[in-house]
Amino acid sequence: MTLLSVRDLNVTFGTPEGDVRAVQGVSFDIEPGETVAIVGESGSGKSVTANSLLRLNFGADVRISGEILLEGRDVLTMTEDEVRSVRGSDMAMIFQDPLTALNPFYTVGRQIGEAYAIHHPGATKKELREIALNSLEKVGIPEPLKRVDQYPHEFSGGMRQRIVIAMALVNNPKILIADEPTTALDVTVQAQILELIAEMQAQHGSAVILITHDLGVVAEITERVMVMYAGRVVESASVENTFAVPTHPYTRGLLKSVKSLDTARHERLEPIPGTPPSLIKLPSGCPFHPRCAFADSLGGRCSSEAPELRIVGSSRSACHLPDERLLGLMGGAS
Amino acid sequence: MSGRGTKSVEEFDASVDEPAAGLSPFQMGLARVRGNRMAVIAFWVVIFYVFVAAFAPILVRLLNIDPYALDRQAINDFGLPAGPLGGVSWDHPFGVEPGTGRDILGRLMYGARISLLVGTIGTILTTVVGVTLGLIAGLRRGFVDSLISRVGDVTLAFPSLLLIIALANPMTQRLESWGIPAGNTARITYILSVLTVFGWVYMARLVRGQVLSLREREFVEAARSFGAGTGHLVFKQLLPNLWPQIIVFVSLSLPGYVALEATLSFLGVGLLAPAASWGIMLGDSVRYYRADPTYLFIPGMVLMILVLAFNLLGDGLRDAFDPRSDRQQL
Repeated sequence: MTLLSVRDLNVTFGTPEGDVRAVQGVSFDIEPGETVAIVGESGSGKSVTANSLLRLNFGADVRISGEILLEGRDVLTMTEDEVRSVRGSDMAMIFQDPLTALNPFYTVGRQIGEAYAIHHPGATKKELREIALNSLEKVGIPEPLKRVDQYPHEFSGGMRQRIVIAMALVNNPKILIADEPTTALDVTVQAQILELIAEMQAQHGSAVILITHDLGVVAEITERVMVMYAGRVVESASVENTFAVPTHPYTRGLLKSVKSLDTARHERLEPIPGTPPSLIKLPSGCPFHPRCAFADSLGGRCSSEAPELRIVGSSRSACHLPDERLLGLMGGAS
Repeated sequence: MSGRGTKSVEEFDASVDEPAAGLSPFQMGLARVRGNRMAVIAFWVVIFYVFVAAFAPILVRLLNIDPYALDRQAINDFGLPAGPLGGVSWDHPFGVEPGTGRDILGRLMYGARISLLVGTIGTILTTVVGVTLGLIAGLRRGFVDSLISRVGDVTLAFPSLLLIIALANPMTQRLESWGIPAGNTARITYILSVLTVFGWVYMARLVRGQVLSLREREFVEAARSFGAGTGHLVFKQLLPNLWPQIIVFVSLSLPGYVALEATLSFLGVGLLAPAASWGIMLGDSVRYYRADPTYLFIPGMVLMILVLAFNLLGDGLRDAFDPRSDRQQL
């Protein structure tokens, strides 16, 4: 059975300037134990999608429609109490900034214990401490006996992110949502944290949804990639296909604008022209068409008709270009 | 030689590592207060006042003075204290009241009970009401927030002192008709009620602002993402982070309430004689200030020293807990 099935998710925020259509028609499935990356630039709707899974979007005026089926139960129609029982125990989240994700007023041991106690109200203090010690040891904190009674400010950024991961894993969640878990960290520490997430995933058998804008991170630990642009999924493919045969002009643009060891010495990086669109006034048709190098070749179709996700080769892409052109995108000729 | 060197490195490590390890931000703040000499002195002055107030009946007996007894021997034929400096003597260390000959030290000690009682209970009431309303406004936002904030604005716009004076008699009578013992009990109840009605707004604004910024912090969102309910968020995540601000605010508003009680009693709205209150004594002494300046000076000093001590302590707490005022010591 599919662990998590998202169907036609729409999230709209009402603001004084107009409706912000943060997520539009997003659908995807997560199978037990797999790792999926959601990639996109700031404002592409990836974090909003992640927060919606736990119904953490709040504010004066949020409208969510669609279905988020967790083992068949729709998160969006649950009562507040039911959602709370899902949060942390079925789906847990790792946040971007470990500096602020821990409460400065409690020892880390107590915070890990509390994350457990929320779903195990009967646990004794002794059990909680035992669990905190085990968790710290598991995520590779040296000297857990000493560290368990220390406060967040006594840890480095990487260590704190390990503690955040320990908190997220303490209830053995089926799905771990990591929202830019390495963005706030040094590059050397980033690799360690990704390794830890992969290791923890292997131990616990959790599925991981990794939200990131860093293609390097994606390549490192994920199996499947969803590329989001302006609130929509524009491409969904295996990680190999995403890098080798991107089937959407936006994905191609992302790959061309990143330097890698394969980039030839004199090859220039190719930035994507323009800026991401305002989510209040989205372009008509395909939201990417004003920045797309291929839009002119299809006449007015790109600016009038929004493309649906369809199967292209072994990937899925939301682009009007004919299949053979999409499959040959990296070949160059535009 | 090398042995000694190694040892000193170890000692250095120990001395650097140990005190910092395992200190919460709150404990670090307290440590900073302890390092501030003015705040420590102010703290002990406050403790001294509290001690005197708490044990006034026993102390009065030990010193063999009676705050209510009229001492005809201590005043002369004009009704003024006999002897220099307002009648200071072994029997009456701070002199006696003109007209009655009652002992000033004893009356000051009993007056401290009233001042600290009104100040403390008033502070507790305004803090509880203010923190609760501030939390509700910050957490619920929307209509509830607007309602609480506008009510607060209107409250602050009232000329509160005039209102307190004008309503004193009718409201005290109303309280008495509700079964609150007549006289000073009803009057203290009235003062505490108006302190709360007009005093909660500042605390509520402070807490609301803090909650609005804290609730967006990731650790609060993280707690939500682990399935925490509202109770957990308020008592485990928000309040611990609010304590430093609340404590600082309380320590700075306490002297205000002590002084306000004296002001109201001075104006005749507060307690009534023969109860001993600093405000009543000051109000009384104004009539004698030419003939007996000591009577004005001593209660004035006693009140001033307490208010000053509270303020210095509050400053010390603010310096210790508010990172932006990090100017004094490390």
